[in-house]
Amino acid sequence: MSKENGVIYRISGPVVTAVGISPRMYEVVRVGNEGLMGEVIELHGDQSVIQVYEETSGVRPGEPVVRTGQTLSVQLGPGLLTKIYDGIQRPLPELEKTMGVFIKRGVDADGLDLEKIWDFNATSKKGDSVSSGDILGTVQETKTIEHKVMVPPGVSGKIKDIKSGDFNVTQTVCTLEDGTEIQMMQKWPVRTPRPFTKKHAPEVPLQTGQRILDFLFPLAKGGTAGIPGPFGSGKTVTQQQLAKWSDADIVVYIGCGERGNEMTEVLDEFPHLMDPKTGEALMNRTTMIANTSNMPVAAREASVYTGITIAEYFRDMGYDVALMADSTSRWAEAMREISSRLEEMPGEEGYPAYLSSRLAEFYERAGRVETLAGGDGSVSVIGAVSPPGGDISEPVSQGTLRIVKVFWGLDAGLARQRHFPAINWLNSYSLYPPSLDQWYRDNIKSDFPEIRTEISALLQVEAELQEIVQLVGSDALPVDQQLTLEVARMIREFFLQQNAFHDVDTYSDLKLQYNMAKAILSFQEESKKAIAGGAALEDVVNIPARTDLMRGRFESGYEDKIDEMLEAMNKQIADTMEAN
Amino acid sequence: MTGKEYRTITDVKGPLVFLNKTEPVAFGEIVELRLTDGTLKNGQVLDTSDDQVIVQVFEGTASIDKQTGIKFLGDVFKLPVSTDMIGRILDGAGRPRDGGPAIVADEMADIIGAAINPYSRQSPSSFIQTGISAIDACTSLVRGQKLPIFSASGLPHNDIALQIARQAKLVGSDDDFVVVFCAMGITAEEYNFFVHDLERTGALENACLFVNLADDPAVERLITPRLALTAAEYLAFEHDYHVLVIYTDMTNYCESLRQIGAAREEVPGRRGYPGYMYTDLAMLYERAGLVKGKKGSITQFPILTMPGDDITHPIPDLSGYITEGQIVISRELHQKGIYPPINVLPSLSRLMNAGIGDGKTREDHKSVSDQLYAAYAQGRELRGLVAIVGEDALNERDLQLLKFADIFENQFLRQSRDEDRSIGEGTLDYAWELLSNIDTKYLVRLDQKWIDKYHPTEKKE
Repeated sequence: MSKENGVIYRISGPVVTAVGISPRMYEVVRVGNEGLMGEVIELHGDQSVIQVYEETSGVRPGEPVVRTGQTLSVQLGPGLLTKIYDGIQRPLPELEKTMGVFIKRGVDADGLDLEKIWDFNATSKKGDSVSSGDILGTVQETKTIEHKVMVPPGVSGKIKDIKSGDFNVTQTVCTLEDGTEIQMMQKWPVRTPRPFTKKHAPEVPLQTGQRILDFLFPLAKGGTAGIPGPFGSGKTVTQQQLAKWSDADIVVYIGCGERGNEMTEVLDEFPHLMDPKTGEALMNRTTMIANTSNMPVAAREASVYTGITIAEYFRDMGYDVALMADSTSRWAEAMREISSRLEEMPGEEGYPAYLSSRLAEFYERAGRVETLAGGDGSVSVIGAVSPPGGDISEPVSQGTLRIVKVFWGLDAGLARQRHFPAINWLNSYSLYPPSLDQWYRDNIKSDFPEIRTEISALLQVEAELQEIVQLVGSDALPVDQQLTLEVARMIREFFLQQNAFHDVDTYSDLKLQYNMAKAILSFQEESKKAIAGGAALEDVVNIPARTDLMRGRFESGYEDKIDEMLEAMNKQIADTMEAN
Repeated sequence: MTGKEYRTITDVKGPLVFLNKTEPVAFGEIVELRLTDGTLKNGQVLDTSDDQVIVQVFEGTASIDKQTGIKFLGDVFKLPVSTDMIGRILDGAGRPRDGGPAIVADEMADIIGAAINPYSRQSPSSFIQTGISAIDACTSLVRGQKLPIFSASGLPHNDIALQIARQAKLVGSDDDFVVVFCAMGITAEEYNFFVHDLERTGALENACLFVNLADDPAVERLITPRLALTAAEYLAFEHDYHVLVIYTDMTNYCESLRQIGAAREEVPGRRGYPGYMYTDLAMLYERAGLVKGKKGSITQFPILTMPGDDITHPIPDLSGYITEGQIVISRELHQKGIYPPINVLPSLSRLMNAGIGDGKTREDHKSVSDQLYAAYAQGRELRGLVAIVGEDALNERDLQLLKFADIFENQFLRQSRDEDRSIGEGTLDYAWELLSNIDTKYLVRLDQKWIDKYHPTEKKE
């Protein structure tokens, strides 16, 4: 690739037009005297239109533009985990070292530490025939994650030489007979999905420890979910809960156009969080991408691609990866902003006409796949959407809902009542239960799906009864319906509400969720019996053991005590019958 | 580059001047325009190419003709900053307005402001006591936060902002706040109200004002908040001050943004506001926070009036997505004669959990606040029901909650303009006292251990 030099013709915010070069689409170029990083997004006669990832004030027409010959790529290899990157894979701690607390421009930094020595343990041997995606060896990247060094896509042959030992990511660890040298680091263009053999149906749930999500609206490993909600309804907290507690092997968290302080909170908090399964720091399995709302808009546009490419890379090693993008609306707005600078004909609400196809392409990179090496890996994508005014009829929400299989609808009304997570149980849905139910029957309890159906049916009935109550008051209802209302309230306050900031309540495993749901149904059944036997509804509802059972979820060891508490509750309910 | 004056204007449109045949001009470069009568105006380059340069004129384009001379000053907009700014009143372009001497610059600071590396930020976690119960209990403010006041015309947002500016303090610390006040398009009357109040309380000596009034050029408003924040950053991160930035009214700022967008014939987004308004607002709001290794901090209080009381209007909507919560002023409460008329239900502080609890405010704060919200929300909902079916149809629990909603508004929210309630006794204990009007068994948001410890009648001691 010959390097050609051109000059800047025009600058309008993040969009720069250059003349005198003929680059390829999406090629990375260096703009101006400071060498700002940019990407070619349109070719127009002899003009190349470039989106620049850094602030452009002070740049003048006539300054140079230099081709690099490469499209926007990320560096993949050991050292990705525990890292915090900006939208174009520059490590933020490195940037702090070179330019202080404010992000200045024209600074380049490698995504991987090129000097760091890793202990490479070869698992393939001389004479093996290998092809793209095959695993050559492993590196213990963090305490919990073993990084698998793979043959880069497009490379295959017989191994001539491979050796274990200490290497940095640019040193050759394996040579093929045709002379191809393979290093631990590979590069991949972010806008191209990484190859795999085939896609599987989703059959395993992604466990998150969040009761309303796991129990009522589960997401499958390799599935896609959208969380739309107005501001203040708890999108970010929900995303963070998923990043903390979901049982994926690897978590990629993209803070796209969000608040700086919030990102910092995540950055501060994660290193101290422990994985409930391994007891090790959660950060050991996490890569973060932080491009806050005031960082350059073009880098925001790139950040989701950077994130999903890293996710796919770990998927190719056979890991289950969960990717959170908060928020895809900011990504869409970045597209809109750039599109408007390009003076493209706008589609709905000023968004470019290609918005929905870009969204679809992005979510389509999720999935549970057979990797090139023959193993199973998955990328689950959970995208937050921030609809203006909370109205989900807008293009980004609609474009997302057409693609994703799970909809967790956040509700400002619930948030206002401090019902968290403020996920509306009436309009949310998941299309995965039919394919996941067998897993629940085999791994949790044989009647798990039935219990779920009962719980959601009760919530539906409640919604209908509430309409009547709004008109006539609850006292006008027959006793059995009043009991239904009580039970539904118990579901809402005891089961659906979950305090993300409470040490114990923040996580419930599936087994406990099942037991809690069973306890609610048991309360309903026993109360019915008691009332039929002459007990007053008020007495049944006010038994102290029920309050104990409900408050118990805030105490550690609840999973061991719940059966005992349930028994005590049932006994007290029976007693109310005798008291009359 | 400086010195050369061009008389090559081709078009003048709204606040924009188009000219051609220039030397290469930098994007964002500052421009001086000399009118034929000798008046000077200032502007900034919005778009630049070999063929055409577009300049946005801060003072408006009145009297500009094709003979107007245009000089490019070779640099982007910079503000002279120094600690002498404290106690001064400057205009919307950073020039003295109080008749005092020009600011002698310690440093020339770029007003665009680079983004703080998220990795270099420090999480805000120091509780600021405002002395206003509604805020302290339910939407607690922490140092480094940006918490806007969503108000509407005719509501006492200015009083609330001033009361916060007056009373804000860190519990158990002597550090004082320096106030940077930024006025964008407010009336002279409102401005006088602020200045008199700041003078009356002696706070003016500890404040720096940037003032663009309603009759000042609208385009200048686009740089006024950037100047204020540049000054704030200098004071906070170079001189360790804790800075409270109050700016009003963001709605006027956004209107100016729309005006420029329209003049450039940009494709408009919602309600004619430009598609990049989110990014533009973020460039202001995100200049709040704390930085590792520096003592100072910037806390922001933007005030915006919601057109037509509509919280889904693009201005409050986009702001809400960037700021860390919002304090919503309610017309309904105001008409009931309650001051401060803060509707806690749609109000929110996202950083609250980081700033409250044991060792910061009090261990029971979170529980109490959740319970207040839940009880008040349900009580208000019941009001609607009672209007239809009357109180007789309510059960005991509902009756108690209904009553509580009134108690909450009339006793907890209501306080006088100079009443400074402490967080412990003044606010949380008071909340417990009021909550004791509800039967304990209905107070499901309260941990039993806090009931045992703090409930006025049921505590076990």
